[in-house]
Formats: sequence, C-alpha cells, structure tokens
Amino acid sequence: MGLDLRWPIGLMFSLIGALLVLYGLITNSNSDLYARSLGLNVNLVWGLVLLVFGGMMLFLAWRDAKKAAEEQTASKSESAEKLTARR
Amino acid sequence: MPTVELGLLDYAILIIYVAFVVGIGFALRRYMKSSSDFLTSGRSIPAWVTGLAFISANLGALELVGMAASGAKYGIATSHFYWVGAIPAMIFLAVFMMPFYYGSKARSVPEYLKMRFDERVRALNSIAFAVMTVFASGISMNALAKLLNQLLGWNYHVALWICSAVVLVYVLKGGLTSAIYTEVLQFFMIVLGFAPVVYLGLRDVGGWGAMNHSLQGVAQDPAAYNLGTKAYSADAWTSAWKPLLGGPSANPMGVDWFAMVFGLGFVLSFGYWCTNFLVVQRAMAAKNMSAARRTPLIAAVPKMIFPILVIVPGMIAVALTSLPDKSYRIPPPILSEQVYANGVQAVKTASIADPASAVKAVTAAMGKKMSPQRVEALVKDAGKLSDLQIKQRLYDAIAEYDYDGVILSLVKKYCPTGLLGLALTALLASFMSGMAGNVTAFNTVWTYDLYQAYMAPNKSDQHYFWMGQAVTVVGILLSIACAYFSRMYNNAMDIIQLVFSFVNAPLFATFLLGMFWSRTTGTGAFLGLIGGIGTSALVHGLTVAEGKGGWLGHQVYSFPSTMAQNFWLASFAFTVCFVLTLVISLATARTKTDEELKGLVYSLTPKLKDDEKEWYLRPAVVGTVLLFCCVVLNVIFR
Repeated sequence: MGLDLRWPIGLMFSLIGALLVLYGLITNSNSDLYARSLGLNVNLVWGLVLLVFGGMMLFLAWRDAKKAAEEQTASKSESAEKLTARR
Repeated sequence: MPTVELGLLDYAILIIYVAFVVGIGFALRRYMKSSSDFLTSGRSIPAWVTGLAFISANLGALELVGMAASGAKYGIATSHFYWVGAIPAMIFLAVFMMPFYYGSKARSVPEYLKMRFDERVRALNSIAFAVMTVFASGISMNALAKLLNQLLGWNYHVALWICSAVVLVYVLKGGLTSAIYTEVLQFFMIVLGFAPVVYLGLRDVGGWGAMNHSLQGVAQDPAAYNLGTKAYSADAWTSAWKPLLGGPSANPMGVDWFAMVFGLGFVLSFGYWCTNFLVVQRAMAAKNMSAARRTPLIAAVPKMIFPILVIVPGMIAVALTSLPDKSYRIPPPILSEQVYANGVQAVKTASIADPASAVKAVTAAMGKKMSPQRVEALVKDAGKLSDLQIKQRLYDAIAEYDYDGVILSLVKKYCPTGLLGLALTALLASFMSGMAGNVTAFNTVWTYDLYQAYMAPNKSDQHYFWMGQAVTVVGILLSIACAYFSRMYNNAMDIIQLVFSFVNAPLFATFLLGMFWSRTTGTGAFLGLIGGIGTSALVHGLTVAEGKGGWLGHQVYSFPSTMAQNFWLASFAFTVCFVLTLVISLATARTKTDEELKGLVYSLTPKLKDDEKEWYLRPAVVGTVLLFCCVVLNVIFR
C-alpha cells in the first residue's frame, strides 16, 4: 500500500505529546492536580516520552521517503542517460 | 457510583485519536478497487505492520479487562496464558503452519479446509466461525459499554453506538488494510496509554518487592480482605509454577499442572493461535511468504512482555486493597439504581435496637455480601444522612468485588487530566481493535466462504466487493444487536459461549492431522470434528465445577474450578477428535491425490529454503530464540 504508516503514528503521538507537555508546563505549580499521580507531573514527563516516540517515527518515515525519492530520481536519470546513449 | 470528570484536554486527546483512525480509513480508500483489496489487503503489507496488528487484534477490551481481573484473582500465574498458552503456539504457526496457509493462496482458514478436505469441513468451520465472531464482538462491546457507564458515567447507548460508528467508517473505507493499519496505531496507543498507570501503581505500592510482600500476606489470609475464603501458601500469588505443582488445591486457579500444560498450553492455545482466522488473517495479508512467517514471530515479542501491562495492574490492585493506608479497594459489583433504592429504603426502615436483623434486612435488599460492621454503623447514622449519602455508604459496605473493574479503577486513581484522556483513549483503542478484527474476519468468511461458495457463485468481482462492504455494515449491526442481547440475557449468552467452546476445543486435532498426514480424509476430518464437539459437550454434561455443568443429570466427576473443567474438557475433545479422525481416515478411501495436496500437506510440499538470508530473518532461528526467552521467563517467575 502506498501509505507509510509511520507518518500517521508519528503525527498523532507528536501532537498528543505536545499537548500534554504544554498542559504539564501550565499546570506545573498545581500540586492538587498531581496529588493523584503521587506528586509527579506525569503530563510533562509522559508528554515528552510521546514527543520523542512520535518524532522518531516521523524521522524514520522521512528518511525512507527521502531515500525512495533519491532512488527514483537516480533511476530516472539513469534511464534518461540510456535513452540518450541509444540515440 | 463515584465517577470522574473529564477535562477539555482529555476530550481533545480522544478526538485526535478518532480523527486519525478515521483519517487512515479515508487515506486508504483510493486503494480499494477489488474484493481482494478490501477483504484480504491484496497481500501487500510489510511484516512489522501485520505483526503488530496480529497481536492488537487479539488485544481486545475483554483481554485487557479480563487479564487484569485474572491478575487480581490468580496473581502472576495468569502469565501462563502468555508464556505457556500463546508463545509456543505462535512460533509453531510461523515455522510450520504459515507456509501452507500462505502458500496455498487460500483467502481464509475455512477456504484452506476446503482445499485440504472438502466442503463439509469448510461449511462447519465457516458457519461456526462467522456466528462466533459476531457474538464475541457483541459480548466485548457490552462489557466495555457497561464499564464506561458505571465508572465514568457515560451513557451506555452513546458509548456503544459511537464506538461502532467509528469502526464502521474506517473499515468501510479502507477494508482489511485500514483495520490492520489502525490496529498498529491502537497497539502503540494501548502500550503508551497504560504504561504510566502501571508505573504509578507500582511506585505507590512501594515497588515490585514490596508488592510481592503484600501479596504474600494476602495469600496466607485472603478472607481478611474479602478476596476468597481459602488460605494458600505465601507464594500463591507471586509464583507461577510452584503453587501449580502443588496440585489444584494449592493454587487459586484450582488447576493441576497437566491440565495447564496439555489443556491450555497445547490444545486450547494451538487451537486458537494456529487456526483462528481472526489472527491468522493478519499474517495472510503480509506482502510475501517471508513476511507472513515473520508476522507471528514479531507479534510474539510484545506478547511476551504484555503481562507487565495487563497482569501486574491486577496484582497492584490486590496489594493496594491489603494496605489500609492506601484507602483503595477493588470496585464492588455493578448494581442498578433500583437495588440501591431498595437498599436505602431498607436502611431507613431498619431498627437500631436490633442490629442483627437490620444487617440481615439490608443485605437481603442489596442481594450481595455486606460488611456487618459498616451496615450497622450506617443504620445508626441513617437519621442524619441524605439518601445520596446512604447510597454512598451502602456502596462502601459491599463486601464483594467486581474484578473487571480493576483496570479502570486504577486509571481513575492515578491519572490527572491529560494522562486520564490518554489512558481512556487506550481503553477505547483496545475496544475498537478487537471489534475491527472481528468485523474484518467476519466479512471475509461471509463473502468468500458462505456467500460465494454456497449462495452466489460465479458473480463478478465487483459484486463480491460490494457484498464485502454491505456485510461490514450488517456485521457491525449484528454485533450491536448481540451487545444488547447479552445485556438483557446474560445467562443465554453464557450458554452460547459454552457451545462455542465445545465447537473450538477439538479443532487443532483436525489441522494437525490435515497438515502433517496426507492420509487424512475429508470424511475422517468431518466425523472426527463432530465426535470431538460431542465429547466436549458430554464431558461438560457429566462433570461439575463451581456449580457449572452436570446438566446431563448424572455427575461423574467434580472439578476444583471451572478453569480446570475447561482445560480437561479441551484435552478430552482433542484426543477423541484425533483418534476418530485417524481411525476413520484409515477406514475410508482417499479422495484427493498427492498432486492435489501439494502445498497443503507438509510431506508433499517442497521445503522452503531460507538458508541464505540473515539469521534474524529465518523463522526457525528466531523461533528458537523466542522459545528460549520464554523458558527463561518461566524460570525467573517460577
């Protein structure tokens, strides 16, 4: 299939991660909110984990897409060369 | 009772998730051109994707909720469902069976049965499978909608219909590919959504060592925490094998080691992982033979680690319940408003002068075991309390647990807004992945094995494509109907599930003989299956366990637990099916020549050569490594 699944996975977790980090930063001084999570600002910490995971997925997808594009142009110019050579 | 408020952020996370799964469906729509694109993904998906989808389709909401419940009831021994009851079978599927499923070009498991045997075997298998998937899906949907309703205060109908609608949209647009792709997304969602809850829970009980210490206290006196009436040795919740080797009376599962290893580890486990089209379909959608064989192996890695995510929460919940300063207990059974209203009435009318009969009256009104001290105190205070307060105190006084509520109660306890949204989305993701798995397996079996085979053969491919889409809608509607059915007729549902367990128990014997013995005939397989199904029904009818079974009126044996009954029943069914198939096959003439069975039977198929590839791509090598890891895990947690 033509869709690299790492794009949507990466995008979704980056987006959710960013939201959690942002919320974690805003609510960092709100100790009532984090009494539940044993005083740990889990939104900030886990948001960062999700951001890293999402970013990694995006990077892998981007790297492979670039590689594929390069190969395509390479094979295209190759066939173009062959064509001119034949002529 | 006490429900949690979701913040704006929680809803935002939920909506982002829904937008992405639906988006994937729409993005894949343009690739759906034929019935095979829609129903079998046109065999085009890379192995890591099918591998994670393989495990995600199995990881439905019931699995998540049920395994946490078992973790609470049985402790670390629940891992047998993973390290004994899954990994070996998954490796066997990859190394030995996948070449026939994939190589035969069958589009479904029933179709393989038709190629190998005849139409009778296919019809039996496909009809049973189609009905079973719809019911399984309905039961799971009902269970989750009920939990969401009781613990989060969500409307039962809205939860049910919205989740179904989301699944319908993305499966209808992108077919099996869409289901598989979203299953991978859901896999990461489930892992990343629950991991922090497990971490916080472990931290709260004081770490792994402290949790085990608490559980040892519970094992020696479960009655003190309303966790059972029988005392065990200290390691009953914290060791997987030692209590099992001590016999059925030494472990909370009430199972002996033979039933565990043969009944679960061989018969039931191989019967599920190697023949259930729901999971096998994922591997069959892989882009080539090598990817198809790697699919179950890739899936085995997360499956091996999952106990941390799904069983440990149950153990945390029990440890927390035993620690008074944590003010936590496993939630009590879900009761209707009417029952609570009756309870409140009973409290109000009870006389303070006669505490014993007051407790009795309130207990009768509630229909559950109640803590006498708490009820007595409540009756004394009743004059000063509002109805709502009485209701709350009644809830607190119930001395029974609903283990299925464990996972959500931990999410509620530890997750602040933000993480809460993530964990709930993970729960919904598991719900949707299980449902989409059932629906995509159902529409393929219906379209190819029932509709095309028996109702409308020789139609155009576009016609079957259309049928595949139409039956997706029908399948989801049927699942919803089953969800309502199981909500209203819980007992009828139990009976239906029981019948399916009879049908499934002997199945692996048929596949084993069919794939590895060319002499097996269609008649042998068909009659063997019928005999096996009959045997499981007979065993269930003649034995009793925890009040279940024995409906033939004559009780031959009594099992210590329904789990033991279930494992032994499967063992008998398998053995009878195996022997019957063998004997009848020898007595009947072969209907298929060696040439026809090429690619379907082990001895008649040229061996796949995979020597030249890297070691980590060779199924046999990877399978051996995984098996070794699995043994090590069993030894560590013995």
